[in-house]
Amino acid sequence: MFSLEGITNMIHEWLNNHFNATIALLTEFVLVGVAAIALFAVLGLVLVWMERKVAAVMQIRLGPNRVGPKGIFQTTADTLKLIMKEGLTPDGADKFLFNLAPYIVMIVAMLILAPIAFAKNFQIWDINIGVLYLSAVSSLSVIGILMAGWASNNKYSLLGAMRSGAQIVSYELSAGLSVISIVIMTGSLSINDIILSQQDGWWIFKGHIPAIISFVIFMIAVTAETNRAPFDLAEAESELTAGFHTEYSGMKFALFFLAEYINIFIVCAIGATLFFGGWMPLHVGHWQSFNHVMDYIPSSVWFFGKTIGLIFLIMWFRWTFPRLRIDQLLNLEWKYLLPISMLNLILMTIVAIMGWHF
Amino acid sequence: MVEEIGTTAEGDLIINVGPQHPATHGVLHLVLTLSGETIKKVEPHLGYIHRSIEKMCESLTYRQFIYVTSRMDYLSSHINNHACALTVEKAMQIEVPQRAQYIRVIMDELTRIASHELWWGAMAMDLGAFTPFFHAFRERETITDIMEKTCGARLTMNYMVPGGVMVDLHPDFQKDVKSFIQLYKSKFEEYNELVTGNIIFQNRMKGIGVLSKEDAISYGCSGPVARASGVNCDIRKLYPYEIYSQLEFDEVLDTAGDSFARYMVRLKEMQQSIRIVEQLIDYIPEGEFQAKTKAVLKLPKGEFYQRVETARGELGVYIVSEGGTTPYRIKFRSPGFSNLSALEHMVKGLKIGDLVAAMGTLDLVIPDIDR
Repeated sequence: MFSLEGITNMIHEWLNNHFNATIALLTEFVLVGVAAIALFAVLGLVLVWMERKVAAVMQIRLGPNRVGPKGIFQTTADTLKLIMKEGLTPDGADKFLFNLAPYIVMIVAMLILAPIAFAKNFQIWDINIGVLYLSAVSSLSVIGILMAGWASNNKYSLLGAMRSGAQIVSYELSAGLSVISIVIMTGSLSINDIILSQQDGWWIFKGHIPAIISFVIFMIAVTAETNRAPFDLAEAESELTAGFHTEYSGMKFALFFLAEYINIFIVCAIGATLFFGGWMPLHVGHWQSFNHVMDYIPSSVWFFGKTIGLIFLIMWFRWTFPRLRIDQLLNLEWKYLLPISMLNLILMTIVAIMGWHF
Repeated sequence: MVEEIGTTAEGDLIINVGPQHPATHGVLHLVLTLSGETIKKVEPHLGYIHRSIEKMCESLTYRQFIYVTSRMDYLSSHINNHACALTVEKAMQIEVPQRAQYIRVIMDELTRIASHELWWGAMAMDLGAFTPFFHAFRERETITDIMEKTCGARLTMNYMVPGGVMVDLHPDFQKDVKSFIQLYKSKFEEYNELVTGNIIFQNRMKGIGVLSKEDAISYGCSGPVARASGVNCDIRKLYPYEIYSQLEFDEVLDTAGDSFARYMVRLKEMQQSIRIVEQLIDYIPEGEFQAKTKAVLKLPKGEFYQRVETARGELGVYIVSEGGTTPYRIKFRSPGFSNLSALEHMVKGLKIGDLVAAMGTLDLVIPDIDR
């Protein structure tokens, strides 16, 4: 049966048979790096196209439909255009930080990719503190945004960066707490263990109401963390023109743009992993034959299906909701989401201790 | 490194919103003084789209000057034309045929709906929701098509002339308008589902940008802005022109004076306009669509003033004539200018996001402010 695991094993064996162990390992590093960058490029292009199509459906229009069938090469053409454009650096800007910022945002997005399991046994790095690593590294991206806003020497950028700083730092708390609630159920921080613990059903079904509450909070918090509408205050087109990336052009702008979509993919992948079992097929308790049928669908299809479902949800938010105001945004987090997620954590702990989950 | 420029002595940030900015819907230039996100001062700078329309009118004849006025408040060009035509008719005491009066009122109300549709979409866009814009344009497009069939234009109509209307209605007009009313009624609930009922939207609008009744009067606000603060100012009711006195419609009033009240007033006004059109569309009398007038119009010596209710408020046309074929002086009292002047009062102490939202509910059309 087609599986990504088979391909990686085949490459691994072939390399080890033909070269000595060190060269094989180095080659694998390079291959993984190239694969990660390629995945980035493809994801960026596909997700931008998907967003434009989703927006078009919601807005009763057709969306991109000229370049390639159904316009699927539109984003490729756009990227080519952006690469060819001049990358301006404003006169008053802090040139070093200004040029560094997009790369920081991008590198952070790439680092988070490491512990994510794309399919069965197909994971770059099965680190034993996977969830901790995810929340630690994802909070670094705010540095890039603050850097971009400050170094641009533009007031709109500065306001956008200020907003973004306040927003990401606050919403990380509830995102973290809802992630912890799943960790409590699993008893492990490793992504692989979390997925394997959902062998007989996904946590969203097994964890009763607390799991559903933490899923909702998780989705709200990550929408805010990725600066997506209705929490897109850092960009806030109608207020701050483009927020923190007002002064960026060409490929440097494209890196911010791409990083946004990569971040969406990553948070949705985390959401799918924690609540919907990642690559784990839909299993229901002891229904042996049903589970067996589900296993025939490749694990990568399960993973990408769930992730794209969640991405659609986030896009749906964007095209239907108006934007919050900065004080409302912080109120929502500190007065509602944080207390609720703390209570939910207690509830979850009780469920886990009493063994009430399925 | 970053320099300390564009700040006041107290360390407040001075920021230019516009003349090129997505929220100002044109070339309005606001100079904001901000303390963090809080607005301390709003100073509108005008003049970026000043075309000396009033001065131009002094060298145009009474038939010609109407065409320029389409370019003032381009979203209610029918009503601008109407105001000018009415002033000339008043001065020359021209009797307008019944048919022309009916056509004019129907066109005015359709224009009002189209204008409010566009405002609805643009205001939602100010709040960060893009989708309503397209939904609003779906209905607005139908009206524009109806206009195009009869007037040949979609934005600057130039349809109303002294003595009546320029050409007769297109044969399909009644059928098209009826099908538009059907479409509109079936889609109206969508507006409430998509925007009005949204909790984020309500939180952004309620209690924000409050303009009390006294302030609304003292700033000279008119139209939906003043009516949302409880000021009875519908010219169609107070000083009826054409056949408005015979029509049944409500003056939509609210007392809250906040952004949400202004929003609701406009939404309800659209339905009142539909009501007016429904009353007239089946009963357009047969007959002349234009009164017999001389080729060259000469106004008697004197001063003439006529006001009408546009989609944005009270538009006044003031003509000083010395008896010739061109006016000695023309002055337009535009609703947008007075409404804009209330902006600073409304948003002082609020956040930037509120400025954009409150400005959206003022429904500013910049060429109307800067003529």
